[in-house]
Amino acid sequence: MKQEKATVLEHDNFQGEYRILRLAAPVVGPMVQPGQFLELQVPRLGERILRRPFSIYQAGPEGAAVLYKPVGRGTDAMAAIQVGDEVNIIGSLGNGYPEPDPNKLPVLVAGGYGNAALYILAERMEKKGIAFFGGRSAIDILLVKEFEALGWDVRPTTDDGSLGTQGLVTAAFDPWMKEQDIQSLEVFVCGPNPMLKAIGDRAIEHNFTAWLSLDKNMACGVGACLTCVIKRKTEDGWEWARCCKDGPIFESREILWDE
Amino acid sequence: MSIDLSIKIGSMTMKNPVTVASGTFGYGPEYAELIDLNRLGAITVKGICPEEHVGNQTPRTFETRGGMLNAIGLPGPGAQGFIDKYVPFLKQYNTPVIVNIWGKGMDDYGTVVDMLDGADTVSAYEINLSCPNVKEGGSAFGTDTDSFSRVIELVRAKTQKPIIPKLAPNVPNIGKFAKAAENAGADAISIMNTMPAMAINIETLEPELANKFGGLSGPPIKPIAIKLVFDAFKACSIPIIGMGGIFEPEDAIEFMIAGATSVAVGTANFVDPTTIDRVIDGIEAYLARKGLSAASELVGTVKA
Repeated sequence: MKQEKATVLEHDNFQGEYRILRLAAPVVGPMVQPGQFLELQVPRLGERILRRPFSIYQAGPEGAAVLYKPVGRGTDAMAAIQVGDEVNIIGSLGNGYPEPDPNKLPVLVAGGYGNAALYILAERMEKKGIAFFGGRSAIDILLVKEFEALGWDVRPTTDDGSLGTQGLVTAAFDPWMKEQDIQSLEVFVCGPNPMLKAIGDRAIEHNFTAWLSLDKNMACGVGACLTCVIKRKTEDGWEWARCCKDGPIFESREILWDE
Repeated sequence: MSIDLSIKIGSMTMKNPVTVASGTFGYGPEYAELIDLNRLGAITVKGICPEEHVGNQTPRTFETRGGMLNAIGLPGPGAQGFIDKYVPFLKQYNTPVIVNIWGKGMDDYGTVVDMLDGADTVSAYEINLSCPNVKEGGSAFGTDTDSFSRVIELVRAKTQKPIIPKLAPNVPNIGKFAKAAENAGADAISIMNTMPAMAINIETLEPELANKFGGLSGPPIKPIAIKLVFDAFKACSIPIIGMGGIFEPEDAIEFMIAGATSVAVGTANFVDPTTIDRVIDGIEAYLARKGLSAASELVGTVKA
């Protein structure tokens, strides 16, 4: 974990509303493990003060890139970031995905731009498997070619049927799952919480492993402020676990979902 | 000419006036990879009560214009958990540790000191008498001078280490509390805790915090804290640890001029963990520029 003044190398439209921000960050870049995130101080955010967390799309010795969509004040203000700007980042943060089990079939499940957070994992995994990417419409399904180029079998689903199977990501995942040796699956998931829960519930019911990347509002990102806590099961109940420090990756059996 | 940045809080010497506000710095390890903990004048850890405490439901924080609300609810490992989990870590540093203590009832304040006092790593106690987010304790003791004094006297009887009551901002006369703290045997006082506050979502009509209310922190409260420090400095003769919205060295210097011997960086830790470094350097540079030879020379020099 380091704080670094990163320089913006690229800030462009990526696809649809999605944007890519590529940073020269020679300190943080090489540290990044699959599933980790950055806390970014958004320049010209005006009277809002807190950093914003971003999962990392790509990383290497020179720096890191994030894919994002404007969803609120912080990401809206990011529109003004120019190539050459300095952006203060803290990273890389959190526990990433564990080392994949070589005896299992890896499966990626993502909603929307959640698959960007799975890219480094997909790239570094020796064994490539199946990737289920869900979104509202074809424009929301990102990185299909990129994952295919890495050797993954990509199965898109869209709510409106404009690409792949119509329906939620489970509309493609469920029938496929039933034809597999289910317990030999290892599933890596990133997306909205209802999707995480849907896959997590299946993992528990059918007894496969599912690593979920949880998203919860954060302030500090380093485990100090205790904003981003979720309920983690214990032997006799539950305890708070910090998404930023104890996660953001949790195995499906660890999580006690709020009703 | 070398500048003496060191200050004293009772028997505790701090190598510079800068500490952190309880609750914004975890227990130390959280920021140890980002800043050198040996640079701090003191590390003030998150509130500890005798037993483990679970804290509030989420959402626990909410960003507001220029600041934030929090209602974390003092979750923590309890006194024994703190000793087991964090004391071995904190021992590695040559920085004094101020443990913020709180209780659900008056007796808890004595119990937690009994449990912690044997640990040499614990240098001083900040007595939380002003947390706005915990029903049982905290503010219940901080807004009435009688129970306020009784808690301080109880803690005083338990320990030789410096004790530092943390005052609530929402009292009509801060000077009365400052003087009461001094009379009850406090070595210093901390001013201020967060300001009780609220935010409402206009679409759902629900409060933004699960706890309904929280405490406002960050730059919006700084002028309030400056006035409270100014008033308390006139009313008592024990040192004041000033805090509330310190984001830049100039903020810390302003607190010292108002009457604070020491200052604490709080919400700014979340925004820029290097703030502490900048504040320490900035105080030193300011003293040099003003031709002062010690941090203590700045305290309470406001012309008012």
